[in-house]
Amino acid sequence: MRLYAVVAAGGFRRHATYRVATLAGVFTNTVFGFIMAYTYIALWDERPHLGGYDMSQALTYVWLGQALLMTCAMMGGGFEDELMERIRTGDIAVDLYRPADLQLWWMAGDLGRAAFHLLGRGIVPMVLGAMAFDLALPGSPWTWLAFLVSVALGVVVSFAVRFLVALSAFWLMDGAGAMQIAWLAGLFFSGMLLPLNLFPGVLGDVARALPWSSLLQVPADVFLGTYAGWDLAGAYAFQAGWAVVLLLAGRLLQSVATRRVVVQGG
Amino acid sequence: MEGAVAAESGIVFAERSRVVEGVRAYGLIVAMWLRSTMAYRASFVMTAVGNFVATGFDFVTIMLMFTHVDVLGGFTLPEIALLYGASATAFGLADLVLGSMDRLGRRVRDGTLDTLLVRPVPVLAQVAADRFALRRLGRITQGLLVLGYALLVLDIEWTPLKVAMLPMMVLSGAAVFGAVFVVGAAFQFFAQDASEVQNAFTYGGTTLLQYPPSVFAKDLVRGVTFVVPLAFVSWLPALYVLGRDYPLDLPRWVAFLPPLVAVGCWVLAGLAWRVGLRSYRSTGS
Amino acid sequence: MDEMDFIELDGVEKVFDVRRKTGFMRRERREVRAVDGISFRVPRGEMVGYIGPNGAGKSTTIKMLTGILTPSGGRLRVAGIDPARERTKLAHRIGVVFGQRTTLWWDLPLRDSYRLMHRMYRIPDARFRENLDRCVELLDLGALLEVPVRQLSLGQRMRGDIAAALLHDPEVLYLDEPTIGLDVISKAKVRGFLRDLNAERSTTVLLTTHDLTDIEQLCKRVMVIDHGRLVYDGALAGLHEVGRSERTLVVDLEREMPPIELGPEASARVVKVEGPRQWLAFPAAGSAAPLVARIAAEYPLVDLSVREPDIESVIAKMYVSDSGL
Repeated sequence: MRLYAVVAAGGFRRHATYRVATLAGVFTNTVFGFIMAYTYIALWDERPHLGGYDMSQALTYVWLGQALLMTCAMMGGGFEDELMERIRTGDIAVDLYRPADLQLWWMAGDLGRAAFHLLGRGIVPMVLGAMAFDLALPGSPWTWLAFLVSVALGVVVSFAVRFLVALSAFWLMDGAGAMQIAWLAGLFFSGMLLPLNLFPGVLGDVARALPWSSLLQVPADVFLGTYAGWDLAGAYAFQAGWAVVLLLAGRLLQSVATRRVVVQGG
Repeated sequence: MEGAVAAESGIVFAERSRVVEGVRAYGLIVAMWLRSTMAYRASFVMTAVGNFVATGFDFVTIMLMFTHVDVLGGFTLPEIALLYGASATAFGLADLVLGSMDRLGRRVRDGTLDTLLVRPVPVLAQVAADRFALRRLGRITQGLLVLGYALLVLDIEWTPLKVAMLPMMVLSGAAVFGAVFVVGAAFQFFAQDASEVQNAFTYGGTTLLQYPPSVFAKDLVRGVTFVVPLAFVSWLPALYVLGRDYPLDLPRWVAFLPPLVAVGCWVLAGLAWRVGLRSYRSTGS
Repeated sequence: MDEMDFIELDGVEKVFDVRRKTGFMRRERREVRAVDGISFRVPRGEMVGYIGPNGAGKSTTIKMLTGILTPSGGRLRVAGIDPARERTKLAHRIGVVFGQRTTLWWDLPLRDSYRLMHRMYRIPDARFRENLDRCVELLDLGALLEVPVRQLSLGQRMRGDIAAALLHDPEVLYLDEPTIGLDVISKAKVRGFLRDLNAERSTTVLLTTHDLTDIEQLCKRVMVIDHGRLVYDGALAGLHEVGRSERTLVVDLEREMPPIELGPEASARVVKVEGPRQWLAFPAAGSAAPLVARIAAEYPLVDLSVREPDIESVIAKMYVSDSGL
């Protein structure tokens, strides 16, 4: 257990050293936040209660999106590139013989990274957004806590998906294609481009049922107070459910891959 | 007197031949990458389709928005499609030709920029052509399709000027975005880790241009017109074609400025690049 | 008019401003003189070694010679051209091999890189084919031409890089640590190739290396650089004199005996004894013959051999003595 805590701390620290890159990222997040905010204002001006949100909730959604974009690594930037590279070069064999579990190892590191990205790149844009626009920030500290729990679950779901995609490098020659598809899905189906509540009909139902909605839509709704009481438990159950399913799928794939490596000799 | 003139024309000649050298080298390197891409045709098709779909999601988002509204910022879907199509095609073109420029930071960091400096061709051309990615045609295709849709559906009072405006808009727009790529790369000579800043202007810029100027705050529009002249990429020419009002009460004829703006941007970009490269050659990596 | 030397350096300097973070917001600026007033001439066709400890300024000098870096001071000319001002003009006439980075295109087959260089350097078709065939044959690249560079071993890639540097018939070849990481066979191949190149085409060669056997085998002249300054410039043999180095005579006697005594005037002394074998050190400048004759006359000699001084220790002594100044 302690080993993983160390790995997580390491992940946090490693990303914290990139001060310039973090600042550059904050700048970009802020710019995108402003652009999207204005777009949503135009949209909500036309339809004031679209998707069940009022204007300030919609704007809050934008800044939450920017905060969670890096946290849940929706456009990559997490461990996946490194893991895929290690699989490609064969270094993965070394990892597999380590006494630590592969999935838990990478997850610990990713959680550390996510924590840094939430703090380092999420807070400043949010603050700037709050200064420029009228945001719907929660009054009760319990809501903030509930939000953080939801974010943590979202990060785990995000990790599980990226872990599966990364493992595909064992079988696919060109991992970049699989990664690209995961990116698109991540961006679109998390609600990053448009809240999933705005997806009409069947598309909306499907989108809300997919795991990616755990990354942004669900935590955002927790933040905005959409879930109360038992509904909140339901939201957590949704996220946790996907997390468990995807993590187990990852473990299954991992054991198949391990056997393959051991048999082939790396 | 004569000597000075001769010397000056010598310098001008040297400058021009540098550009020619650069373009030639760019062509050679790109040809090599193309040959290699085509050798793995299936993989290329897949990544091109992937690129098409990935970049297309932006328009899908807009279409989803329009399932709830009929106008956005006072513009209908086909009108927005015109803005989007022009912007996406221009950006796609710039991305195809110069998108690899943002790899410069990586090269500076791991010292491989030096290998480019020992070759008898301009460095800019080599960096620009590095890893030429034909798959970026996907974005251009998607942009053209949306643009085509807009032109078909919109009821525009066509004049010869308006017709000419379309290709001018896309090409000048691509040139402006290209200049932004070069400036972004030059910036990486000084701050290799800050490459993300450029994304705010390139990807941010494209996203911005997809929507009508009426959506954005006055200050932002001003910034995008006078500071980083992205408004000239698609907004102003497209508004001319649509026969709609310009933001900021600009005079009608600004819609014809994009080529000039593009040239101006490239002069600045060339300067920025030279400064950056000189700095690198002075301080090493 | 004087015959201009091919490479001319006069008081060349390169100063770097190094900034270091000493606190949260504080930074310390330091001036590092990577090259501190170096002057030398290399005539056309000479093969020169350029050695020194890490950080001495070797790579910096090569970077200035090839136009990668601009000097902070002094005058530098290669074939009469200032590399800082006319980089591309000079690039046509030089070839560079970086030991640790490749000039080839990483993801593509070797042949593609060569084909591109053919066009980039505007090499006439016949010349290119001739040079390529020659390099392929002498460097044993035939089987590797279709292999992506990233899949080549270090030795193979190095040979590929050398070929790439020579396709356009450069007048000078700069080699920055060319044998680093290579196995013995590859090293021998590369050395042989360079020797032939210099002999047949009078290609000027400037070689920086840590492997002093490279120098011994290839260069008659060696320059030693330390802390940005030239501490030695002359024949390889002279290095021994300057370093006051010693050769070793390994003597096998009939049986185990007490250390050989040659009297106080003899300049040899025993440094090690192991059973019937004894090691004697004597000045490298002198001949071994009289010493051997004396030992053969006075002791039951079975066999002997002479060991050359370890150049590493010669150089190391040189660095120490210089920094002691």
